[in-house]
Amino acid sequence: MLDRIRRLVIKEFLAIFRDPASRVVVVVPPLVQLLVFSFAATLEVRNAGLGIYNEDGGLLGRELTARFEAVPMTFSRVVLCTTYADVKEALDTQQVLAVVHIPQDFTRSLHAGFPTTVQVLLDGRQSNAAMVAQGYIARIIRDFSTLATTDRRTALRPGSQAVSVTRVWFNENLYPLWSSVPALLGILTNLVALLVTSLSVARERELGTFDQLLVSPLRPGEILIGKAIPAFVVAYLEGGLMVFAVVVLFGIPFRGSLALLAVAMFIFLLAIVGIGLWISSLAATQQQALLGSFTYMVPAVLLSGFATPVENIHPAIRWLSDIDPLRYMVAITRMVFLENPTPDVVAPYVWPLFPIAAFTLVSAAWLFRHRVE
Amino acid sequence: MNTVSSNQARVQNERRRLRLRCVLALARKEGHQIFRDPSSLVIAFILPIVLLFLFGWGISLDLGSIPIGVVVESPSRDTERLLDSLRGSHYFAVHEGRHRQEIESLLVGGRIRGLVVISQQATKNLAQGSAPVQVLVAGSEANTAELITGYVETVLQKDRQHRAEETGRTSASVPINVEARVWYNPNLDSRAGILPGSIAVIMTLIGTILTSLVVAREWERGTMEALLASSITRSEFLLGKFLPYFILGLSAMMLVAMVSVIVFHIPFRGSWWLLLLVSAIYLTVALGLGLLISTATRNQFVATQAALIAGYLPSFILSGLVFEINSMPLPIRVLTHFLPPRYFVSALRTLFLAGNVWEIVLKDAAILTVFAAILWTLTIRKTRLTLE
Repeated sequence: MLDRIRRLVIKEFLAIFRDPASRVVVVVPPLVQLLVFSFAATLEVRNAGLGIYNEDGGLLGRELTARFEAVPMTFSRVVLCTTYADVKEALDTQQVLAVVHIPQDFTRSLHAGFPTTVQVLLDGRQSNAAMVAQGYIARIIRDFSTLATTDRRTALRPGSQAVSVTRVWFNENLYPLWSSVPALLGILTNLVALLVTSLSVARERELGTFDQLLVSPLRPGEILIGKAIPAFVVAYLEGGLMVFAVVVLFGIPFRGSLALLAVAMFIFLLAIVGIGLWISSLAATQQQALLGSFTYMVPAVLLSGFATPVENIHPAIRWLSDIDPLRYMVAITRMVFLENPTPDVVAPYVWPLFPIAAFTLVSAAWLFRHRVE
Repeated sequence: MNTVSSNQARVQNERRRLRLRCVLALARKEGHQIFRDPSSLVIAFILPIVLLFLFGWGISLDLGSIPIGVVVESPSRDTERLLDSLRGSHYFAVHEGRHRQEIESLLVGGRIRGLVVISQQATKNLAQGSAPVQVLVAGSEANTAELITGYVETVLQKDRQHRAEETGRTSASVPINVEARVWYNPNLDSRAGILPGSIAVIMTLIGTILTSLVVAREWERGTMEALLASSITRSEFLLGKFLPYFILGLSAMMLVAMVSVIVFHIPFRGSWWLLLLVSAIYLTVALGLGLLISTATRNQFVATQAALIAGYLPSFILSGLVFEINSMPLPIRVLTHFLPPRYFVSALRTLFLAGNVWEIVLKDAAILTVFAAILWTLTIRKTRLTLE
C-alpha cells in the first residue's frame, strides 16, 4: 500500500512540475506577492495632499500653515486654497485628502485669549485615510495651540487636561510591514496548498484519467492520500522558504519559537489540504473547482484579521471567522514573530486548528469515497 | 458591369450576415454551456451577493468594542470622568484594573489590544492642570494600533473640549478647537467607503473566473479542433466567447449596485447611466484579462492559478480599497497605475458618494478604455486558430 501511494505521489509531483508554466505559477507568484503586498498593506497616511484655506491674514494663521508644510512625509503636497470654490474643487477631484480651514478671526481671537475653531474638511470617500488624517491634523493643531498659549505667558489657569503619550509594544516604531508580512505568510501558504489540491481531482475527472485511477489497484483512501501529500509538501516547503525570506530580506525580528510555528503551520496546512480535497471531490469540472477555491479564499482572507481587526466583524458573520483556519494562523504568525508568547497564550489559537483539520480531512475522505462509489 | 458589382455587394452582404450568424451561434453555444453548468450562474449571481455581504459585514475600520485595558492607579474625580468617556465611547470594551502588571500581560496574544494608564502622578497633575496619560498599544497589528491611538486621542480631545466649555474661557489652555466635517460620508462610516470600491473587487473576480477557463477548456477537451475546422475568424471567435459573459457580468454588476443601495443604504449620487458605461468598460477589461489568460495558457490548471493570483489579491490589496495607495512606497505606487481595479475603485467611489465629478470619472473611464484596447489587442494576437 505504501508503495502504491509512493508511486501516485511521484506521479502527482510530476504533474505539477513537469509543465514549465505550472511550475512557475506554483513557486514564483507567492514570493513576489509577499514582497509587493507586504509593503502595500498599510493604513498609515503618507504622501497625501492637504488643502489649507487660510482666511486669516495674521501671523498665527501663517505659522499654523507652516506647521502643516513641515510634515512632508504625511502631507507631501500642500495646496493653498483662496476661495471656497477652490476647496470644493480640490476635494471633489481628490487632489487633497483634507482641507484645514483657518477662520478670519484666528490670530485676533488667540491674541485676545478667546477660543477659536479650526475646521477640518475630510474626503469621506477614503474613509480610513480620512480618519487617520484627522488624527494627525488634530495632533498638529494641539501641539501648535499649546505652544501658542505658552508663548503668550498669560496667567490662564489651565483646566484639567489629559494628554495622551503613546508607546508601542512589540513593534516599537509601528512599522506596518512588521504586522503585514507575518499575516501574508499565512495567506500565501494557504493559497498554494489550496491551488494544488483543489484542482487535482477535477482535472483528472475532466480529462477522463480519473477512471483509470479507479480501476488501478489504488483504493479511494490511497488516492486521497496520494493527492494530499504533494500539495502539503509543496506548501510546507514554500512556507519555510517564506519564513526564511521574511527574516533575511525584511529584517523582521523572529522572537518566538520556530518549533511552535512549524507545528502550527503543519496543522494549519492539514486543514487547508482538507478543504482543497473537499472542493476537489465535489467539483465535476475545473471551473467548479476554481469557484470553490474562491468561495473559500475570499471570506477566509476578509475575516482573518489581516486587513481589519476581527472584533469589527458584524455579529451576524462573526461565527464564520471563528471557523476560519486562516484567522488563527494569521494571529499565530504575528504572535510568534513579534511577541514571543508563552504556550498558554498561543494555545487558544492553536487548538481550534485541530478540530478544523480533523473535520475537513475526515469529511473530505467521506465525501470522496461517497462520490467515487 | 452594374450587375457584377451588385453581385459582389450581394456576396459581401451575404458573407457579413454569415459572420454575424457565426458569432451568434458561438455565443448561443456558450450560453447553453453557461446554463448547463450551474456553477456559471452561481458565479454570476450568487457569488457577487455573498461577497457583497462579506465585504459589508466583514470589513470595517470603525472600531467597535475593541478590548482595551484601563489602569487607574489612584482614582479621583478627574480620572473617573476620563474613564467614563472611554467607557461611554462605543469604540472600546474597557477592562479596568488597579495595577499595571496584571493587565499589561494581556497585551501578549491580543486579549486586549491597547492599554491606557493613568498613573498616580498623572492623577495628581490632572488636579493641577494637564497631565500625560500613557497609551500602550500592541504593534503586532500595526493598523489596529494606529486606529486605537487615533480613537483614544479623539476621546481625550472631546473630553478636553467639553471641559473647556464647562469652565469657560478663563481656563482654556487649548483655545483652538478642531471641528471635523466629513464630506460625502458625514458619519465617516467606513462601510460607505469600502462597499462601492468592493464592487470593483467582486467584478474582477467574477470577470476573471468566468472567462479564464473558456478557451483553455476548448483546447483541453479537444473541441477547439472542431472550431478550427470551421471558417470562423479570430475576432469572431473571441466576440462569441465574450458576449454572453459580458451580458451576464453586466447584469451581475447592476444587481450588486442595487443591493448596496437598497440593503446597505449606501447613497448613490451620480448617474446610473455613467455607472453603466464605466462598468461596461471595466467588464471589457476584466473579461479581456480572463480571455487573455485563457488563450495564453491553454491549460486550465495554469489558467486557474493565474486567475486566482492576478484576480483577487491584487484587486483587494493594491486597488486603494482598504489601503491608501498614496501611502505605499514609490515602486508599488507605480505598479498600481498598471492595475485596472484601481481606476474602477476610484470611479465607483466617486459615483456613489460624491456624484458626477467629471474630472475623476472621465479620466478613469479613459484609462480603462486604454487598458481594454491593449488587453484585447494582446488577446487577439495570442489567439491562434491553427494547430501546431
